[in-house]
Amino acid sequence: MPGQLSFLFPSPDNLHVILAGSWLLTNSPPSSDEIARQLQSRSDINRISFDGSDVTQWDSGLLTFLARIYQLASQHKIDIDPGGLPDGARRMMDLATAVPPKEGMGKGGEESSLIERVGLISLSMWRAAPEMLHFLGEVTLSFGRLFRGTAQFRRSDLMLVIEDVGPHALPIVSLISFLIGLIVAYMGAVQLAQFGAQIYIANLVSLGMTREMGALMTGIIMAGRTGAAFAAQLGTMQVNEEIDAFRTMGFNPIDFLVLPRMLALILMMPLLVLYSGIVGITAGMFVSVTAFDIGTFEYYQQTVRSMAWSHIWVGVIKGTVYGILIAFAGCLRGMQCGRSAQAVGEATTSAVVTGILFIVIAASLLTILFQQLGI
Amino acid sequence: MAAADVQHKIDPDDHITVQDLTMAYGDFIIQRDLNFSIRRGDIFIIMGGSGCGKSTLLRHLIGLKVPANGRVLFDGISYWESPPADQERIKRGFGMSFQSGALWSSLTLAENVALPLGEYTDLAPADIAEVVSLKLSLVGLAGFGEFYPSEISGGMQKRAALARAIALDPEILFFDEPSAGLDPISSRRLDDLIQELRDSLGTTIIVVTHELASIFTIGDNSVFLDAETRTMITTGDPRTLRDESPDPGVRYFLNRGKI
Repeated sequence: MPGQLSFLFPSPDNLHVILAGSWLLTNSPPSSDEIARQLQSRSDINRISFDGSDVTQWDSGLLTFLARIYQLASQHKIDIDPGGLPDGARRMMDLATAVPPKEGMGKGGEESSLIERVGLISLSMWRAAPEMLHFLGEVTLSFGRLFRGTAQFRRSDLMLVIEDVGPHALPIVSLISFLIGLIVAYMGAVQLAQFGAQIYIANLVSLGMTREMGALMTGIIMAGRTGAAFAAQLGTMQVNEEIDAFRTMGFNPIDFLVLPRMLALILMMPLLVLYSGIVGITAGMFVSVTAFDIGTFEYYQQTVRSMAWSHIWVGVIKGTVYGILIAFAGCLRGMQCGRSAQAVGEATTSAVVTGILFIVIAASLLTILFQQLGI
Repeated sequence: MAAADVQHKIDPDDHITVQDLTMAYGDFIIQRDLNFSIRRGDIFIIMGGSGCGKSTLLRHLIGLKVPANGRVLFDGISYWESPPADQERIKRGFGMSFQSGALWSSLTLAENVALPLGEYTDLAPADIAEVVSLKLSLVGLAGFGEFYPSEISGGMQKRAALARAIALDPEILFFDEPSAGLDPISSRRLDDLIQELRDSLGTTIIVVTHELASIFTIGDNSVFLDAETRTMITTGDPRTLRDESPDPGVRYFLNRGKI
C-alpha cells in the first residue's frame, strides 16, 4: 500500500497527522502541501503531533516529508511532538535538526551586472600582473644561482626532462615540419610556375622554414605538448602538497622544479628548430623533384646559394625565445595551480593558451626587430 | 538458468557471505581462503596491520575488483556469477565513502549528492533538492550545499562524502578509513553518525579501519587479516577478541602492542 496521509484535530490547536502505508521515495509519497494549507487556514494551531504506527516501510521519502513539516512548523512558530513517529525516523529527524543550517554562508546570490563583471575581470587581470612579475623575478634569481653554481637541483631530473622535451618530441616535430615544408613548397610552386621560376621554390622553402615556420611550428607543438605537461605535473604536485613539502624541507621549488624545465627547453628548442628546418627543406625537395621536374642536385645548389648563416641564427634565436616563453608559461600556471582536479585542468589549458599567446607576440616583435636591423 | 547457479543456500540473517575468497594482483596473492559472513544490520570491521589487504578486500566487496578465486554472496546471490543487469541492481544498494572523500571537485556539495539521485531515480528536480538538503543536514552540513569540496575542511569533506553515500538510501554502507585524518572529536561524531544510521535505518555497515577506539565503540563483528600468513586469522566481536582471542597476534594488535 502506498503512503497515506490524513489528519485529526483532537483539540482545536492540535494538528494530529496520521501516516500509514509505505513511504518510499520511489513510489511518490503524499506531498506536504495539504499540511501547509491547513496551517495557512487555521492560525490557532500551535502543536503538530504524529501517529506513524501504521507505516509499513519508509526511507528518505518519509524524511523529506517530515523535514518540510519541521520547516513549516518553525516558520509558523508551532511546536512539533515527534513522539508518534516511527522510532528510527524520529531519531533521524533529531539528527537532521541537531546542527542548525549555516546562515549567511550562501554564495552571493545576485547576478552581477555586465559592468560589474567587466570590472571584476579587469581587476583580477590587474592583480595577476604582479604575480607574473614575481614569478619572473624568482626565475631570474634562480638563474643567477645557477650561474654562481649554488642552485640546488638534481642533474638526473634535468636529464629526464631533456629526454622528454627533446628526443621524445622528434616524431611529432618531424611530421608537422614535413607537412609544413610540403605546403609552403606547393603553394609557392603554383605561383612561381606561372613565371617558369619553379627553381625559386628552394629559396622560398629554405628561407621560410629556417627563419619563420620552423621555429613557429615547433614552438606551437611544444606549447601544446610540453607546456601543458609542465603545468599538469607542477599542478598535481601542488594538489598533493609536494611543493609545500619542498618548501618546508628548505628546497627552493623554483630551483628544484622550474629551473630544470626551463633549462631543458632552452637547450632543446634550438636543436628542434634546426631539425625542423632540415625536415621542411627535405619536404620541399621532395615536392620539387616529384611534381615540378627539378633535379635533386639543382634544388640542393639553389638552397645552398639562398641560405646564409644569418637566416639560421634568426630561426634559432626565435626558437630559443619561444622555448623560454613556453617553459615560463607552463611552470607559472603549474605553480599558481589551485588544489583540485578542476584547477589542474584550468592550469593546463591556461598554460597552452598563455604559451601560444606569448609565442605570437614574440614572433611579431622579433620579426619587426630583425627587419629593422636588416638581418 | 543462470539464476539457479548464482543462488546459494545461506542463513537468512546473513547479508553478505564471503566464501573461499582469494585476492591477487596477477600472480601475487594478497589474501587467500577468506570465509566469513556479515549479518544484516551489523557494523562489521575489517581490520589488520598496514598493507594486509583491507582496502583490497573492500574493493572486492563493492565489485571494483574480480576475485582470483571464491565468491562474494549478497543475500545468497553470487555477485560475480550474476549477469551484468543483476550486478547493477546489487550495486545500486551500496553506498561507499572513500578514504579521502573522493568528492567530485568540479561539483558543489549539493550537486555531488544530487548526481546519483538524478541518475538513478525519476524524482523531479525540486524533490531532489529536498532530499539533498535533508542528507546534508543529516551529516550536519545544512546550508553548505553551494560550497565546492576544496572550500571546506577535511572533516567536512568526509561528512559530505557520507551524505553522498547515503543519497540513495543504501542497504549496505562501506567506509574506507572513515576517521583517517580527523581529530578525535570529529572522528567520534562520525562514529556516532555511523551507529545512528545503522540503528535508525537498519543499514548493514562495513568499515575498514585500524582505529582501535572506533573498533571497540561501533564494531559488532569483525574479521582480522594478517599480512604475513596472507589469510584471515579470526572473526568475531572485537571486544571479545581483544580479551579472549587464542591468537597472540590478534590480542597484541587490539591491545596496541601490549598484552
